[in-house]
Amino acid sequence: MSASAAIEVRDVSKRFRIWREKPTSLKQRLLAGRSRAEDFWALRDVTFDVPSGSSFGLIGHNGSGKTTLLKVIAGILRPTTGSVRQRGRLAALLELGAGFHPELTGRENVYLNASFLGMSRRETDRVYDDIVGFAELEGFMETAVKFYSSGMLVRLGFAVAVHVDPDVLLVDEVLAVGDEAFQARCIERVQRFQREGRTIVLVTHALDQVRQLCDLAVMLDHGRVRAAGAPDDVVRDMRMAILRQDLAFAHEEGSKEVEIDSAALLVGDDPLGGPLAPGDVLTIQVDLRANEPVDDPVVSFALHDAANRFVVGGDTASSGVPLGRLEGKRRVRFHVGPLPFVAGRYWVTIGVHSRDNRHAYHVQDQRYAFSVESAEGGREQVFVPVRAEVSDP
Amino acid sequence: MRTRVRELASYREILWNLVRKELKVKYTASVLGAVWSLLNPVVFLAVFSFVVVVLGSGIDHYPVFLLAGLLPWNLLNASLSNGSQSVIANANLVKKVYFPREILPLATVGVALVDFVLQSSVLLVFLLASGYGFVLATIWLYPLAIAALLVVTTAVTLLVAAMNVRYRDVQHLLGLGLLVWFWLTPIVYPGRLAQETLASVRVGGASAWHLYLLNPMTTIVSGFQRALYHSADAGEVLPDFTTGTLGALLTAVTVIGLAALWGTWRLYFAMSGDFAEEL
Ligand SMILES: Nc1ncnc2c1ncn2[C@@H]1O[C@H](COP(=O)(O)OP(=O)(O)O)[C@@H](O)[C@H]1O
Ligand SMILES: [Mg+2]
Repeated sequence: MSASAAIEVRDVSKRFRIWREKPTSLKQRLLAGRSRAEDFWALRDVTFDVPSGSSFGLIGHNGSGKTTLLKVIAGILRPTTGSVRQRGRLAALLELGAGFHPELTGRENVYLNASFLGMSRRETDRVYDDIVGFAELEGFMETAVKFYSSGMLVRLGFAVAVHVDPDVLLVDEVLAVGDEAFQARCIERVQRFQREGRTIVLVTHALDQVRQLCDLAVMLDHGRVRAAGAPDDVVRDMRMAILRQDLAFAHEEGSKEVEIDSAALLVGDDPLGGPLAPGDVLTIQVDLRANEPVDDPVVSFALHDAANRFVVGGDTASSGVPLGRLEGKRRVRFHVGPLPFVAGRYWVTIGVHSRDNRHAYHVQDQRYAFSVESAEGGREQVFVPVRAEVSDP
Repeated sequence: MRTRVRELASYREILWNLVRKELKVKYTASVLGAVWSLLNPVVFLAVFSFVVVVLGSGIDHYPVFLLAGLLPWNLLNASLSNGSQSVIANANLVKKVYFPREILPLATVGVALVDFVLQSSVLLVFLLASGYGFVLATIWLYPLAIAALLVVTTAVTLLVAAMNVRYRDVQHLLGLGLLVWFWLTPIVYPGRLAQETLASVRVGGASAWHLYLLNPMTTIVSGFQRALYHSADAGEVLPDFTTGTLGALLTAVTVIGLAALWGTWRLYFAMSGDFAEEL
């Protein structure tokens, strides 16, 4: 295990057996054989490291396997193949109040719950008052939790979880509950965890939280890792997936009478080597091939930022360069700039469509990307060329 | 195995908390709480004293003889019945929280042990108060018998707890099994009677009495009876073992029980990896 990894996930696959009628008795087991079981792979060849002290975001559609992955990491489920290694004390917060017993009082449940998260009685004694304070449940701790409202349960569950003292904390979509003020305190608490150098794996639907809180992110899709890396990139992929309601990346569509044969991002005549600088001019070069003659197609492009906001776009028609009747090959170049961006990553969508925009011949959705970095880390939000002049009035 | 034990030790807090929880839930729902547990042997003592007066049992101080064997049986019975349900009853925990799964059946044994201690104290207090008293020459068997009982109970409880998750009819089988087991153990009838009747019967070359002794509960219950029951006719009621032999038998049961415990624990551990998805 590498020294810097708090969690190592290696080629983890998890198969569930789905029984049409689950044979739970001996007789059924013997008679049914194995034939009526269907295999379902909730995780497939998942590999990644969670560096020690990092905050790790895990996102993906419902049913993509996030909870299953957390359970495998926590040791609740055994991976079918592959392995998970983990160092340090781990606390998993899969469901608020998991393990609360309705007949026991709030106080007793705090101790019970804390022991599930690895705390001794003495350790719990030390933070007990803080837990009660955090949950704002002073005066209710001697009441059986069956009389608690769901909000009270949620607060108590989170309060316990954030007061345990783990090296690695797994959190599954529980930050979304509670009112805004409570959520803010939860986030503040997570940030304190980060400052203390603990490792956090966070599953959440709130993509902004991932960008705000995490250093790294992974997106799962049908049990496979579909994107991994900087939260901005992964969140962007996730946003697109949500927008499209499907998960084929480098999404393409169109009837392909005219095809985008190839496209490239250039500076001047050279392919993009690294990040651009503010003020550079980006050239988007599109090589078209007509599979059959098409009258007056229009080529367009759009730039989106990391948050998937539309930034700028253009097309051949409004630039006043009609393509006419297209047969064979043609090359189109857009010169975009000087770029007003200071820093960030941007995605390029390219499309060929009919002039009335009713018919798409070929669209490549955010397939190309570039980033902009300014040399000196200035504080400005946009790049505006500034020229100074000195003269006698 | 060693690391497993160490891990278990580090999670002992959960074990205590679960035992406490079970006891609390069991007793706070009722007005009298733990008194019920204490009442159980008191009622037995009263009822059987009465029954014996009316019917005559031929056994001197029959209630003492009966409770000496019945209380350890109750521990086994409660551990197995509740232990077989322990994983299923805590499905919510098993699916949501990580902890060594052995803790669940162990907690049932723990709860049964608390009941055993409570009820045994009633019996012991009764023995002292009624002037029946103890005999130093045999009382040392008592801790040996408890050790054997706990080891055997834990071994079997782990087995049924694991099996019942996968094969839910284990619990029905268990009810029948416990009934048969109960009557194969000299609890309500004198062990000496079984010995005399079975010694002359031969089953496939072996003495039926020796087969009967293969039931570890026979040795354990006989140990408890010898430790506590010392009426004048104890010699004709209890099996014909010297105290030393019985001590050796109890030790043997404990040792074999530990080996069995090791085996069922491993089996339990192997099966427990799938509990979270089988539930
Ligand atoms: N115990 C189980 N048996 C069978 N299928 C399961 C089980 N647990 C989860 N699944 C399936 O695995 C897939 C992934 O589930 P989950 O990890 O909960 O996804 P997510 O948390 O990303 O929404 C889902 O399709 C779910 O139905
Ligand atoms: Mg989930």
